[in-house]
Amino acid sequence: MNFVSTIKLVFRTLLARKGRSFLTILGIVIGVAGVIIIIALGAGAQSLVLGQITKLGTNLLAVQPGMSNEKGPPSQIFGIVVTSLVQQDADALRDPGRVPHAVAVNSGVQGSGTVIWGNQSADTTFVGTQYTYPQIISLTMKEGQFFDQQQGQGNANVVVLGSQVASDLFGQSGVDPVGQVVKVKSVSEEGSGGIPLRVIGVIAERGSAFFQNLDDQVFMPLAIAQQQLLGIHYLQSISIKVDSADHVDQTIGDVKAVLSQQHHITREVDADFTVRNIADAVSILSTVTNALRLFLTAMAAIALLVGGIGILNIMMVTVAERTREIGLRKAVGATNAAVRNQFLFEAGALTSLGGIVGIIVGIVISYLIFLLMNYLGYDWAFVISLSSVLLAVGVSILTGVVFGLYPAFKASKLNPIEALRYE
Amino acid sequence: MALIKAENLKKDYVNGDVVTPVLHGLTFSIETGEFAAIMGPSGSGKSTLMHILSFLDRPTGGSYEFEGKDTVKFDDGYLAELRNEHIGFVFQAFNLLPRTTVLDNVRLPLIYGKKKNHDRLARKALEAVGLGHRLDYFTNQISGGEKQRVAIARALVNDPSVIFADEPTGNLDSKSGNAVMEILQKLNDEGRTIILVTHEQDTANHAKRIIRIKDGDIISDEPVKKRILAKDGDALEKVKG
Ligand SMILES: Nc1ncnc2c1ncn2[C@@H]1O[C@H](COP(=O)(O)OP(=O)(O)O)[C@@H](O)[C@H]1O
Ligand SMILES: [Mg+2]
Repeated sequence: MNFVSTIKLVFRTLLARKGRSFLTILGIVIGVAGVIIIIALGAGAQSLVLGQITKLGTNLLAVQPGMSNEKGPPSQIFGIVVTSLVQQDADALRDPGRVPHAVAVNSGVQGSGTVIWGNQSADTTFVGTQYTYPQIISLTMKEGQFFDQQQGQGNANVVVLGSQVASDLFGQSGVDPVGQVVKVKSVSEEGSGGIPLRVIGVIAERGSAFFQNLDDQVFMPLAIAQQQLLGIHYLQSISIKVDSADHVDQTIGDVKAVLSQQHHITREVDADFTVRNIADAVSILSTVTNALRLFLTAMAAIALLVGGIGILNIMMVTVAERTREIGLRKAVGATNAAVRNQFLFEAGALTSLGGIVGIIVGIVISYLIFLLMNYLGYDWAFVISLSSVLLAVGVSILTGVVFGLYPAFKASKLNPIEALRYE
Repeated sequence: MALIKAENLKKDYVNGDVVTPVLHGLTFSIETGEFAAIMGPSGSGKSTLMHILSFLDRPTGGSYEFEGKDTVKFDDGYLAELRNEHIGFVFQAFNLLPRTTVLDNVRLPLIYGKKKNHDRLARKALEAVGLGHRLDYFTNQISGGEKQRVAIARALVNDPSVIFADEPTGNLDSKSGNAVMEILQKLNDEGRTIILVTHEQDTANHAKRIIRIKDGDIISDEPVKKRILAKDGDALEKVKG
């Protein structure tokens, strides 16, 4: 019996039992769709994380006050206020003789507040920073400028708006924000009228990174935020941009040395600051997503296994049910090999069909996730890799053959007389 | 040279420690073109003998020569080929494939053989049994008599040396049974060898020779004296109508 007639026979048989064939392949469909979706999710998440690293800036170090495990969360999260980091530290880090690979150093504070223009107001995050901020973060201005060195160090009463804040305040009236005077007040000074600042620029839309909406922020010279809004003298963070990735580790060492000297610290355990590499923080996140992916892959593998056992089960039932058919086929000249191939092909065809349906379902769901994530404003990529499709198909066909082998073998060994006598 | 030559043919069924001797050493031969009935009461070993002669089973003693060749040396693959090319089967229970058309049922032996033009051969076989008008019917849409004629067409399709029919009328009413016997007689008239297994004297009388079996032994082997010709009843025409 040749290949083509085996295929024809198998498809005729499966079509005659559509309902059961469909139920049989369901497990395989779920398993294969799972593999495709998980791999697509992984690729999408990776593109998202990479996109966010570039948004935050690459080769970036962050110095935060207080000692913490570098891989753990910063101490501020627990509500501990540490005042050890000051502007002199930032100035010391700017010395090219001590930190040669720092191309920009920028210190900052931030707080929650309200921006008011006329009768419009917007709750937002205000950031006090230095004129070097645009060198650290890749920023594109939609209108106007970021404050320059003179404005920054002269504590000019100026502010730069994030795109969302600008549209919240000025969107309705259509007035050009640049040149307008807004009032900014901190949540801690309820009742006061806020300090007036002139808008000198609006930043182009940036989207969000790590669950923070980057467009819902306003930027002003550091001292204005420190003194007039927060009433503090210390810094909450210092960012350092390193000239190349190769110098990141060396620069971390340099920064620690400078700060230790500034703070008169001799033993590393006494350090009252933490230096973090942003890329490291991201890689911690990736470790988590990788673990999740591994877990989901295991789930998909289990679904495939269960699907395979379903195939085994149905093929056993099929062989038992069709004992008379098998006996007849042998009586009219089917060899053992022909019978075995017929049932093996049947299992293979079922799982391939399950694989194909699973691929389609997987791609459709991955695409829907892609649409949803983009709708939510994330830079999510729609990636279906050929290797994931091949893997899914390969595994599903293998499942069919492995789990179809025993029933097919059993069918081929049936004694035709017993098979014909079978009721 | 005889088509079938059995000498001291024996069959014991062995189930664990229990040995059931069924055929006790049968000796006979059947020539090409014969119409022989193997007759005996239920349980006498007729089907067992037929299964051995048609290569569905092997004897446990004695010898069986088919077309002059000792069959003891044939391997399973060759037996499958022999069944496909040289043997046609008609069973009491029809044994048609469910959810399959009449034409596809008749084509079945061809897909395991070497011949081409499956459709043409299957149509020809169905026309020979008067079912040229039922090609695309499913097997659950035709009567019992028609089912058995489909089975005969399936037995014929590969142009076999011999057709074995095991109680072919056992599940049929007398009219349909007569139609089946008429077809078998017609096929024999055209030169085909037929071996009929039955426990009924009337059915056996349609053959030309009766080999009587009882408890695994041949008790008589003689020509039929008053042969019944199914055509006299004109039953085929009535069933067709
Ligand atoms: N596989 C088997 N194992 C044991 N005994 C069997 C087997 N098949 C048939 N027999 C016995 O062999 C005897 C003959 O059976 P069978 O050839 O079917 O008779 P018949 O066709 O003449 O009615 C019966 O007694 C039956 O029970
Ligand atoms: Mg019998």
